[in-house]
Amino acid sequence: MDTAESTTPAVVKKRSKLRQSITDFFISLYRINQFILRFFREAFMPPFEFKEIMKQCFEVGVRSFTLITVTGFIVGVIFTKQSRPSLSQFGAQSWLPSLVSIAIMRALAPLVTALIASGKVGSSIGAELGSMRVTEQIDAMEVSGTKPFKFLVCTRVIATTLTIPILATYTGFIAIVGGFLNVNQNEGTTWSTFIQEVFDPLTFTDFVASLVKSIVFGFTIGIVGCYQGFNSSKGTEGVGKAANGAVVTAMFLVFIEEIIIVQITSWFR
Amino acid sequence: MEKKIVKADHTNPVISVRGLEKSFEDYAVLRGIDLDLYQGENLVVLGRSGSGKSVLIKIISGLLSPDKGEVNVLGHNIAHIREEELQELRVRIGFSFQNSALYDSMTVRKNLEFPLVRNRKGITRQEINTAVETVLDAVGLSQTINQMPSELSGGQRKRIGIARTLILNPEIMLYDEPTAGLDPITCIEINDLINEVQERYNTSSIIITHDLTCAKQTGDRIAMLLDGQFQRTGSFEEVFDTTDSRVKPFFDYNFIQ
Repeated sequence: MDTAESTTPAVVKKRSKLRQSITDFFISLYRINQFILRFFREAFMPPFEFKEIMKQCFEVGVRSFTLITVTGFIVGVIFTKQSRPSLSQFGAQSWLPSLVSIAIMRALAPLVTALIASGKVGSSIGAELGSMRVTEQIDAMEVSGTKPFKFLVCTRVIATTLTIPILATYTGFIAIVGGFLNVNQNEGTTWSTFIQEVFDPLTFTDFVASLVKSIVFGFTIGIVGCYQGFNSSKGTEGVGKAANGAVVTAMFLVFIEEIIIVQITSWFR
Repeated sequence: MEKKIVKADHTNPVISVRGLEKSFEDYAVLRGIDLDLYQGENLVVLGRSGSGKSVLIKIISGLLSPDKGEVNVLGHNIAHIREEELQELRVRIGFSFQNSALYDSMTVRKNLEFPLVRNRKGITRQEINTAVETVLDAVGLSQTINQMPSELSGGQRKRIGIARTLILNPEIMLYDEPTAGLDPITCIEINDLINEVQERYNTSSIIITHDLTCAKQTGDRIAMLLDGQFQRTGSFEEVFDTTDSRVKPFFDYNFIQ
């Protein structure tokens, strides 16, 4: 039953604002859906921009390489160091390599890589395309009879989808090296013993799940960055918003996808 | 350089616009535009900032869609054209942007090659090089071929922007504020270049500007866009031979100050 309070101008205004927000949310969802469909429609139709894809793969790799090396190594060292006291209580330090490998391969390597790439690559794609939109470079491509979506969006999304799994593998390797140095220093374990113990607990499902996760993360980072940049509003403010939106949305989606994939993978174990 | 008198073929409009309307949210920018661009002529569209001049050529090039009205470009109705046909049509239309819109990440050579290699299937490296050198020579900037856009001056960027459209040999040229933000000498050079393009490439052009010197030097015909409609059309003298308080300040500001 409506009370007098529920029909006051302030309440009516609040309701209409809420209605508008919900409408905007569904419109955005529809647009993102269209954007993804357009990617699949155009990405697999000739002509293919192989040269540009290679260039973008190189860009994605180079942009994140240093940060991923440092972060991956630190993650390996810190994780090993922090896990030791708990295992020591049961005299189970010898399980450290197995623990490190499971944690890194199943979760940390793809996740850390995706988060770093969201920050470095996602923001860069969002800002680059946003600035191209603002300075009418995308319009210029369109009026010259070329397909900017194919050249700018498809190439970048393919590049992130291909490169993030490679980077995640590299992160995993570097983190394991970090873990080894810590274990070697404290327990004196040799490299060959350590590596054997690292691979012992891992199953084929772990590798496949990790690969699928990285591919999904890579696609997400690319598509979100491109969507934000390609559809950025006019003005320099739009460029900043596109870069920021690319990072925040990609990171949020990466966590959501992580939960979903972990759940699905657990059904196969 | 004095503009040569060009005899336009008034029986053959390459662009024909009828009853064009366009609004952005509640603001009606174009309120029933009628326009013909004839083969071989330079038509200057004059108007205040925000009067919808750029919107008009963006609709003609298919970057924006009209709310109402007919826009026929080289025999194609822009409002009902298929995506593939629009792509093919765009190759026949050159668009020079206000801020040049050069691709920042590419050298001048790559900027010029970009539309060419994507629109001319099977073109050889030799043919690409010849085309690039020819258009750069036409705009007098052969020496900039390996430079990045950030290393060019405003006038040079405009010229390269025009060269990038000329490389596809367009039949129609659309210039959006070609002299905006340039010094007077460079403005004159750009105006001369527009006339040169008209003669050398036999293009029909729409030149959007609020610079009356540009209008006088380049226009065969002037159309004055006021309140979303063309209020006066004709030669430069005909358009400004008026006491209309919306038109006169334009002339006074440019030539009396």
